[in-house]
Amino acid sequence: MKLENRRRILTTHLSIILVLFLLQFVVPPFHATMLTRIMVFATYAVGYNLLLGYTGLMSLGHAMFFSTGLYTTGLTIYYLDLGIVEAFLLGILASFVISALMAFITLRTSGVFFLIITMIFSQVFYLTTLYFNNVTYGDQGFVLTGKLKPLELAGIIIDFSSNVVKYNFALTLFAFSFLLNLRLVNSAFGRILVAIRENEEKAEMLGYNTLGFKRLALIFSGIIAGISGSAYALIFSYVGSSFAFIHNSINPLLWTLLGGAGTTIGPLVGTGLMLYLIDFTSSLTPHYPILVGAMLIAVILGFPPGVVGGIRRRWLKWLP
Amino acid sequence: MNIEVAIVLGLLDGVILGFNIALVALGLSIVFGVMRIVNVSHGEFFMLGAVVAWYSVTLLNNFIIALIAAPLMVAGLAAVVDRFILRPINYNPENTIVVTIGLLFIIQQLVHIIYGPYSRPVTPPIYFRVDFPWFGYSGYKIIIAGISALLMVLTWFIIFKTKLGLYMRATQQDSEIAQAFAVPVRRVYVTALALGSALAAVAGVLIAPVQQAYYLMGLDALLISFMVVIIGGLGSLSGTLIAAFMVGVIDGIVSVFFSPTLARIVASLIVTLVLLLRPRGLFGAEAT
Repeated sequence: MKLENRRRILTTHLSIILVLFLLQFVVPPFHATMLTRIMVFATYAVGYNLLLGYTGLMSLGHAMFFSTGLYTTGLTIYYLDLGIVEAFLLGILASFVISALMAFITLRTSGVFFLIITMIFSQVFYLTTLYFNNVTYGDQGFVLTGKLKPLELAGIIIDFSSNVVKYNFALTLFAFSFLLNLRLVNSAFGRILVAIRENEEKAEMLGYNTLGFKRLALIFSGIIAGISGSAYALIFSYVGSSFAFIHNSINPLLWTLLGGAGTTIGPLVGTGLMLYLIDFTSSLTPHYPILVGAMLIAVILGFPPGVVGGIRRRWLKWLP
Repeated sequence: MNIEVAIVLGLLDGVILGFNIALVALGLSIVFGVMRIVNVSHGEFFMLGAVVAWYSVTLLNNFIIALIAAPLMVAGLAAVVDRFILRPINYNPENTIVVTIGLLFIIQQLVHIIYGPYSRPVTPPIYFRVDFPWFGYSGYKIIIAGISALLMVLTWFIIFKTKLGLYMRATQQDSEIAQAFAVPVRRVYVTALALGSALAAVAGVLIAPVQQAYYLMGLDALLISFMVVIIGGLGSLSGTLIAAFMVGVIDGIVSVFFSPTLARIVASLIVTLVLLLRPRGLFGAEAT
């Protein structure tokens, strides 16, 4: 890649993070909370996009990875009184274990079978959260308010009930996954994933262990989803089985497609657009899921590359 | 209740459920076999059947009408979906999944708006008890099995004994070569989607008096059908039937002793096992 392009790409990505950082000083509290949500879910979408956009694997089971992080962090704080750092790290560890397990089972299939099987497993996870209702409180869920111990870091006390802390924690995680994703997709690893997406047989003929790379992609994707789930528990202090439901697997799919699958910035754009749109419509009608459905159809029929994909195609050809 | 009675009851319920699942999964399997697409809104067609049954019984006091009207309506809807959504995207497998997920949300919400958020009971068209030595059993459930079996035979007849079925099987084997031999592939596609969807709708009508009609009931039916086609092999009709009874019986027995939720968990563990041993299902073809 040309050096000039590389610099342009890095500048663009860093400026997006800078803009997100600066926004907290200008926007009113409502939008600050919205942006916090958007950054948490955009992290989720970044993880999803690594699998869908770059590896070409469509999963309908990411809610399981998200909720693994969510429940591990939530339950260990609720029942074991763990500190934030320990609970968060355990959440990441658990999502690693679950996604590694899934990588070995589900990738024995491909295409629509992969999609069906991820959906079945995710639904089982959902049913399990309902089955152990006395621990998880099922659909109703539980809150962590008052359970989050303030963190002391080099003399500074970080209290997770503060909105500023929430915002910047979400931003840190988003920035981390955003840049990690950029680094991954521009590396040899990312190019092999794209090769698999474009033509798996050819990639295999060239001597790449495509199954191994797909497993790695799924694990990375699952961990990032798990991180966003853990972060959700910490930031919004709520853990409930609705996050394990199929709708929460469809969400990152829509966000990614709307923003542009296979673009680094697309997931953020898609998540932002959709969350604001849903927020607006849900104040008008309880039937707002109809909008989700309509958007899914509209993107595929009307604008397959998505917003950022379209921008890249027409104007900014250098965008990764 | 002693254990033998519970097992008999579980088996009986399981077989009846198996018949019902078989109809839904058969529809899904036909659509996949012929068109190579997975219709995620298939479960919603099942739900539409149940809702039509409620309207038909409540407004017209007639169950038979639903049995005829629901599949026709759903087949019509499927034809519209084929023409305006699936054909424009050229039946691309992944895009089809996304748009049919979209359709799932739209159908669900429209039913929510029109029919309401209630789970409503549907009066069975006939009441009679079949007395077993240990308990009395709903005669209507046995009727379900009978009608389902009839429909399966009919489907088998269409696929293996008619010209349309010949076209469908030709398209399933190789749509391009079928096209070259003057098989009207597009018409076959519409027909397969309409037929598969109609089967789901009939299954929905039949099960309504047992399960009630509810706008969110489609997803569960979809997931069970998915399990069935994974175990049986997607596109394999005999595999689908055998797997449907397997899943039905497991569901029936585990539900009697433990809970329906656990039954689903167990069924999915079996799916995992099948997948690990035979990734294409017990009866699936080795290559597609």
